[in-house]
Amino acid sequence: MKYAFFPGCVSRGGCPELYPATIKVCERLGLELDGLDKRGATCTGAGVLQEKNLFLGDVFNARTFAMAEQLDLPLMTICSTCQGVMSQANKRLKDDADYLARVNAHLALEGLEYKGTAQPRHLLWTLIEDVGVEELKNFVIRPLTNLRVAPFYGCYIVRPTDALEFKLYPEREDSLERVMEALGAEVVDFPGKTRCCGFPILTINERNSVKMVARHTSDAKDLGADALVTPCPLCHLNLDGYQPKAMQQAQRDIDIPIIHLPQLLGLAMGFDAKEMGLSRHIISAKRVLSKIKVPA
Amino acid sequence: MQITVSVRRYNPQDKENPSYWQEYSLDVEETSSVLDSLIKIREEEDGSLALRCSCRSAICGSCAMRINGHAKLACNTKVSDVAEDGGTITVEPAGVMPVVKDLVVDQTLFWDKVRQVSPWLQPEGEEPEAEYLAPNSDMTHLAGVMACIMCGACVSDCTVLEMDPNFIGPAALAKAYRFAADPRDDEDASRLAALSEYGGVWDCTRCYECVEVCPKGVAPMDRIMALRDKAMEAGYTNNNGARHTDAFEASVSHSGRLNELTLPIKSFGILNLPAQMSMAPVAVRALMRRKIPPIIHKSVPGVKNVRRLVESVKEEQQGEGE
Repeated sequence: MKYAFFPGCVSRGGCPELYPATIKVCERLGLELDGLDKRGATCTGAGVLQEKNLFLGDVFNARTFAMAEQLDLPLMTICSTCQGVMSQANKRLKDDADYLARVNAHLALEGLEYKGTAQPRHLLWTLIEDVGVEELKNFVIRPLTNLRVAPFYGCYIVRPTDALEFKLYPEREDSLERVMEALGAEVVDFPGKTRCCGFPILTINERNSVKMVARHTSDAKDLGADALVTPCPLCHLNLDGYQPKAMQQAQRDIDIPIIHLPQLLGLAMGFDAKEMGLSRHIISAKRVLSKIKVPA
Repeated sequence: MQITVSVRRYNPQDKENPSYWQEYSLDVEETSSVLDSLIKIREEEDGSLALRCSCRSAICGSCAMRINGHAKLACNTKVSDVAEDGGTITVEPAGVMPVVKDLVVDQTLFWDKVRQVSPWLQPEGEEPEAEYLAPNSDMTHLAGVMACIMCGACVSDCTVLEMDPNFIGPAALAKAYRFAADPRDDEDASRLAALSEYGGVWDCTRCYECVEVCPKGVAPMDRIMALRDKAMEAGYTNNNGARHTDAFEASVSHSGRLNELTLPIKSFGILNLPAQMSMAPVAVRALMRRKIPPIIHKSVPGVKNVRRLVESVKEEQQGEGE
């Protein structure tokens, strides 16, 4: 299986451990990646550009979709935020032929045209819909037995359900739990799993943003989770990077590692901690590693 | 169909154990609503169950509560949509607002927020002889916001209000948009100035909870984003939120990707030294773990194409604005 791969800015920026971990895991799974970043694909706008210039955001995303169409490959990302923003843009473009024509008039400058066939899908959904949970189990050589993990989706991969086509693909709703179970881990269900991590308001209202970090990480910890697992690098940045501040603010110990989805896959597939970039986290992943008997 | 309804009960008079879960098993028609089931419980099994309801037609907005963890109107939620035969439905009071008893919440916070945005038309100048005239297209656009039935579902599930009661919140901000975007209203400037302050439009996390739970398609978050745009256009840009958006647009338009190193610096304001310093511990920790973006920000390959695209889009938009 080959994909037009959209890694997003943060997987090679603030979370530099995510991109190489993904490449290794996908290679092992037989998912061949043609990186759209190398072909000049832009940032999705992350919902921020859309606040000021929705049309420009849609033009950028249509350009990325057109690149995937040119390659005749399905489009895959590893960021919940990119997923949501692309799904929403795609819906607007597909629902209104006049709007699509207006967008295409700009893409024509580069000789591109978006025909409306792209279906952007996160690696998480690809695992469920293309690889399949049963097939995924065949790649597990180090079952994550005894590891208690709590899912943390990131808003844009769970809402709005209309653009994300949850009715058409109902298994997307609990896809993260299914993948965790397939890897042998024990799922710790917790109410914050689909709530906001607070990252979008970090530079606007840090106190509220850090409160969200404190709430979700301490809830997961109190329910006995060894780690939170997320398919969203922005959630990772906040839950991991601002957890020390959250501990100060909440005046309690939390100290729960935040693991990227590809890192969890990699650990179950037998990669070591270094290959998965686990030493780069702010909150040490050592306790997770010792629980599954992997040298730190 | 056979269902179990698990209700989060709350009895303020019970000082020892005021809050607890109680399960009721009952037979209901597949076409029954959750509200039908709750009324059946109250009338046939447990008269002490408190809930608020009236029209049973998704018009009055009285019966917003959390069903299976998310805010919904009990009257327009079919039992068969939220549980299988033999399954369980969890019912809790709406979130954020304090519980009075069982499923009844005190909506004071909700109404205070709505009052805070002066939710009435404020035209200037002499009153016209007949009615105020407004273009059809403007009013059709506003019909979506005016569909709000003030049920409070969006407030219940708002991720910010859950943390900070100072936030004006989705329902009141959607209401503020309804007047700020009304061509007959002349108080846009003062409305947008107030909404650009702490607790206003920039405090929203853009999490889409309110869009997802609104039973009337009001899409409060989309209205909040439209208010941000209006506020920036009106010149209310001296705040972290507007600076963040400006810096983001500039970075992506120039290089095709986000410059993660300069974005927070520009959002706080380059001369805002206390804010810049507050980031230092986080930056040092990240540096020690090599968890940082490349120091030299690189543009995407073929960035000239991106810049030409941005120019083309902006030319079209300027043409529309003239």
